[in-house]
Amino acid sequence: MARRRQHLGRVLRTPLGISSAILLAVVLLLAVFAPVLWTSKANAIDVVSLLQGPSARHWLGTNQLGQDIFYRVLVASRLSVGLALAATAIGVGCGLVLGTAPLVLGRAAGRLITSVINVAVAFPALLLALFFAIIFGVGAQGALLAIGFASAPAFARLVRTLSASVAGLDYIAAARIAGVSRLRLLTRHVLPNIRETLIVNATMAAGDALLSFAGLSFLGLGVQAPSYDWGQLLNDGLQGIYTRPAGALAPGVAVVVAGLAFNLFGEALAVGLGVSAQNIQVGTLGKLRSALAAAATRSRAAEPPPSPSETAGAGRVLVVSNLRVSFPGNVHPVRGVSFSLDRGEAVGVVGESGSGKSLTALAVSRLLEDAAVVTADRLEFLGRDLLRTAGPGRGGAGPGTAGVMSGRELRRFLGTSAGLIFQDPMTSFNPVKRVGAQLAEVAAEHHGLSRRQAAGRAVDRLRAVRIPRPEHRARQFPHELSGGMRQRAMIGMSVMGEPALVIADEPTTALDVTVQRQVLRLLKSIQAAGDMALLFISHDITVVGQVCDRVLVMYAGKIVENLPAGGLADARHPYTRALLASVPSMETSRELPLAVIPGRPADPASLPAGCAFAPRCAFADARCREADPALVADGAGHAVACWHVDRVLADDPPPAAALTADPESAGAAPVSGERA
Amino acid sequence: MSELRFEQVTVRYGSGRHAHVAADAVDLVVPPGHVVGLVGESGSGKSTLARAAVGLVAPAAGQILLDGRPVPRRGRRPLQMVFQDPYASLDPRMTAGESVAEAVPGRGRVSGSGRRAEAARLTDLVGLPPGTVDKFPAELSGGQRQRVALARALAGRPDVIIADEITSALDVSTQGAVLNLVRELQRELRLSMLFISHNLAVVRYVADYVAVMYQGRIVEHGPAERVLLDPGQAYTRQLLAAVPRAGTRIDAAADGGDDEETGQPPGGSVT
Amino acid sequence: MTEISQAAAAGPLTAAAGPAPRSANPWLRFGARRLGQLLVSALVLITASFLIIHLVPGDPVRAALGLNASQQVVDARRAQLGLNNPLWLQYVDYLRNVFTGRFGTSITSGLPVSQVIGQRLPATLELAGYSFLVAIAVAVPLGLTLGVATRGGRRRGAELAFTSVSILLAAIPGFLLSVGLVYVFGVTLHWLPVAGQSGFSSYILPVASMAVGPAVVLARILRIEVLSALRADYVRTARAKRLPAWKVYLLHVLPNALTATLTICGLLLAAMIAGTVLVENVFAWPGLGSTIVASIIAKDYPVVQGIVLVYGTGVLLINLIVDVALALLDPRSTIRES
Repeated sequence: MARRRQHLGRVLRTPLGISSAILLAVVLLLAVFAPVLWTSKANAIDVVSLLQGPSARHWLGTNQLGQDIFYRVLVASRLSVGLALAATAIGVGCGLVLGTAPLVLGRAAGRLITSVINVAVAFPALLLALFFAIIFGVGAQGALLAIGFASAPAFARLVRTLSASVAGLDYIAAARIAGVSRLRLLTRHVLPNIRETLIVNATMAAGDALLSFAGLSFLGLGVQAPSYDWGQLLNDGLQGIYTRPAGALAPGVAVVVAGLAFNLFGEALAVGLGVSAQNIQVGTLGKLRSALAAAATRSRAAEPPPSPSETAGAGRVLVVSNLRVSFPGNVHPVRGVSFSLDRGEAVGVVGESGSGKSLTALAVSRLLEDAAVVTADRLEFLGRDLLRTAGPGRGGAGPGTAGVMSGRELRRFLGTSAGLIFQDPMTSFNPVKRVGAQLAEVAAEHHGLSRRQAAGRAVDRLRAVRIPRPEHRARQFPHELSGGMRQRAMIGMSVMGEPALVIADEPTTALDVTVQRQVLRLLKSIQAAGDMALLFISHDITVVGQVCDRVLVMYAGKIVENLPAGGLADARHPYTRALLASVPSMETSRELPLAVIPGRPADPASLPAGCAFAPRCAFADARCREADPALVADGAGHAVACWHVDRVLADDPPPAAALTADPESAGAAPVSGERA
Repeated sequence: MSELRFEQVTVRYGSGRHAHVAADAVDLVVPPGHVVGLVGESGSGKSTLARAAVGLVAPAAGQILLDGRPVPRRGRRPLQMVFQDPYASLDPRMTAGESVAEAVPGRGRVSGSGRRAEAARLTDLVGLPPGTVDKFPAELSGGQRQRVALARALAGRPDVIIADEITSALDVSTQGAVLNLVRELQRELRLSMLFISHNLAVVRYVADYVAVMYQGRIVEHGPAERVLLDPGQAYTRQLLAAVPRAGTRIDAAADGGDDEETGQPPGGSVT
Repeated sequence: MTEISQAAAAGPLTAAAGPAPRSANPWLRFGARRLGQLLVSALVLITASFLIIHLVPGDPVRAALGLNASQQVVDARRAQLGLNNPLWLQYVDYLRNVFTGRFGTSITSGLPVSQVIGQRLPATLELAGYSFLVAIAVAVPLGLTLGVATRGGRRRGAELAFTSVSILLAAIPGFLLSVGLVYVFGVTLHWLPVAGQSGFSSYILPVASMAVGPAVVLARILRIEVLSALRADYVRTARAKRLPAWKVYLLHVLPNALTATLTICGLLLAAMIAGTVLVENVFAWPGLGSTIVASIIAKDYPVVQGIVLVYGTGVLLINLIVDVALALLDPRSTIRES
């Protein structure tokens, strides 16, 4: 298939792919041709030079029969590599049979086979090989069967796991429902996945089999004299290692190099064929490798999606002016956001995916680090500068520079004055620490409370967020609380320190609608009780309109409109109006089609010149596509960034604004744009 | 036009002491050519009913009937489903055209080119540009993928379609396009549809009848207008009261009383 | 063993948890299940060990005593070993003997197998044990420091260097590494002894060759777990609480990272047990590894059976300990079980 060729090409194009492919080719060529070329030299007995070290005639010396070690090592490659490949074939074959047997034989037999496999897999492969070697007897054939069968359980389990995981996917279910036959399901959907993973695993297993064979032969249980493979040569050579180290080192190096060739090529194949490293499970190192990769996958999955958001606050609590966030690779998720927040004021930031709202909140609270570059003309919280104290240890600019703190001071200041609430309360709590302890940490750290006092305050906060039996709940772990209760606990944690500002990033998105309402009311209570400023970030403009006093609408990293929540019905920006129109409510007319915004949300990595919304806007003209409108206030608490506000208000689009048949193809750059 | 009927359907997960009853003696009818909206919060059992209808899970009791007969599991499948997650419902190794073509019934009777032609017709029907048939799912947006999934569901010439939270994972601005399409197709092809969603506004827009589920049971059902404007049950009233409405405000709770977690139906995450 | 670790890695529950179950029940259920698994595995192990003598081709007793032994001696030995009884009776006897500690008699030496094992087991335990401890002592600080130092793409050079070196070192099996070490430190530099177990210095090379590979692998995995934990939401929360960096690392990052590597530690220790078989032969270490190889070659099957049982039991015990530790450390896992 064209795709497979394309994949192989990709494999060979990386430096790892090229070098390992060459190395493997050398090893295989050697295995095939070395005996043809050099058997006589390898077996030739040179009576004159017995047990000698390296010399001009014998590069690596000779053994006790005067045979040249260098050529013996070369010729031994055939037996070593050949046996390894044969053992792998046995393992894969048995594994396929055992792995698919449960599907064929039915439940009871399947369970029995599965449990035996699970028991066998728990043992290291070498011990299994040893066991089978005992039974099959000493010698090359016995060792071959032993190593082959020893790798079968791992393959069987791999086959089972893969087919089970693929079988559980939605598209398999859809195919079943569509009436696709079981056979075609196997061949068309399941096998293609397994095939590539099996190839990669088989390659790795060949490398491990090589090493296992060397080990068994080294112990004297594998290849027996007069035949010789690398392991047998190693055994021979070890006895003379003091006087003729080359005799022991050379076969050892050969084994390592050949094993590396297989394993590295396997890794390159995995990358090229798109096999997840988590699925490489075979061999002694296989389990370790798969666990390594599982960790890496979790690590990548845990990355917060980059979505910049900006918060602008004017007045006393928070002042943000021209905030910009950028990432390497010319990605500008936040492009100049300005706003301010007063005490007791609730401001909402609304936007879809790619708008930049969450990143703004993270940037403002100084939680963005590493690759992100955060700049602003002003970023002040309660009168103190948050920008110039970014680095730990970088102290204030000097006495007399008002408002600049050292790293430690900044930490304490933010810890006591700003609280944060995140979207997913399950992953935002440490799963292995009790809830109460996590709340108490804040007080113990920043307010110097003793452990007991901090614990007491934690219980008090839990009570304040209306969690029943707070003392009992404080001693529980996060997973023992329901979603709504966890979010309440999160709110409680954010107000442990009587903050002046609470930033809530999609706090109710993951909750049921009834729970959402309770949590929002609670949030408002807390805000009122502490006279706090609230920065509320959400994709749900209706909720924002209910909770906040003012609404900031973000699109492609900029604020496009800033208006009072009560005045949402009089929104002026085309995007805001379109957003409001496209949300179905309980009053939406059932006769008309729902309003749709053509095109896709903007991609922060490839923004057009001019207004970012122009490709999707019915009112856009040439000017919009060339120049980006600035946010202009009308003096009555309403600011819009649009060239054609009057046109929008009169609902008078320019001519030739047409919607194409596919609402999502209206000229927007290809993006991955759905709400995560 | 066919009728889908659930009669005393009970579905259990697990066994013995730890069995969890996901659906409890559910009676539900989807009248021919109409749309029934099934609403409920997480743990209500609505997705379970859908999976039972298409045969992905076997009911412990009760039966599911299509026009009075058990739902056929061989040959032509008159009952099709569209899933929630647009990213998981298409095989990443098959083009959109191949995925749709695979669902065209009549293996052996219909030729490959006939199948491809049908796939092209269906993708056009759902409003996708002609080049889409050769694209892989990774190259399509969520909304486009859902359309492909819809086309695939239609390939089997179904009488009944079950839509399980098909717009929950989409951006608000694309949700409307998919909903418009669904409504249009349903009217044109006179499909019977079971539309599952937690979003009451969306259900109201799409459905003729509404059934409300809570903890595995249907607590209320009837014409959409009646149920959503003048509900009889307390839970339905609670659900409606909790739906955010433009122009209203959420203020601080006046007293602590009704905000306690106890006394309310247990809430959780949205499925 | 795999169930819990898979469950722990699978992620948090997404359904509503409801009221928390009483704490006694999940533990009892977990204990019962685990014990059942252990018994099944032990039974499979004992059966496999029992079958050794019956699966080898030919007459095991004759093979062990050699062609020169008279038929009388061979028959007498057969009777002594109970090999003339019906199979099921032999099996029952075997089971009984195993559980009462009677592992039979060596065919070649006539000594009780338990005595042979008793003499040789301590050396293997020491080798495996010290190697494991050294590997952990090196890997944990290394992994944590590297994880913190390379987070967010910092110090890519160090990351690359470490990854390359660790791949290379991990690709060299223990016994080959030991040969190399013998060459460098024994033959060339004459610094360290290369055979036998005599005094502290004789431990260095065997332990080093066994510990290097696992230490490097463990450090690599721990580094990735630390990186993963650093990016987790709860670390963001901890930072949002403005805890000092060291507290974030030690109190929030490390416990979670360690829990994830617990399974790996179990795997590594089990692999080390297998590795002793080879390394002991390189260094003429007086442990079970050298004994079993000699016994296999000499076809002294009772000894082989006994040692197989010891190795197998060791692996099962390690798995059990890992599972219990995981259940203790990760509070989500016990709930998962039910």
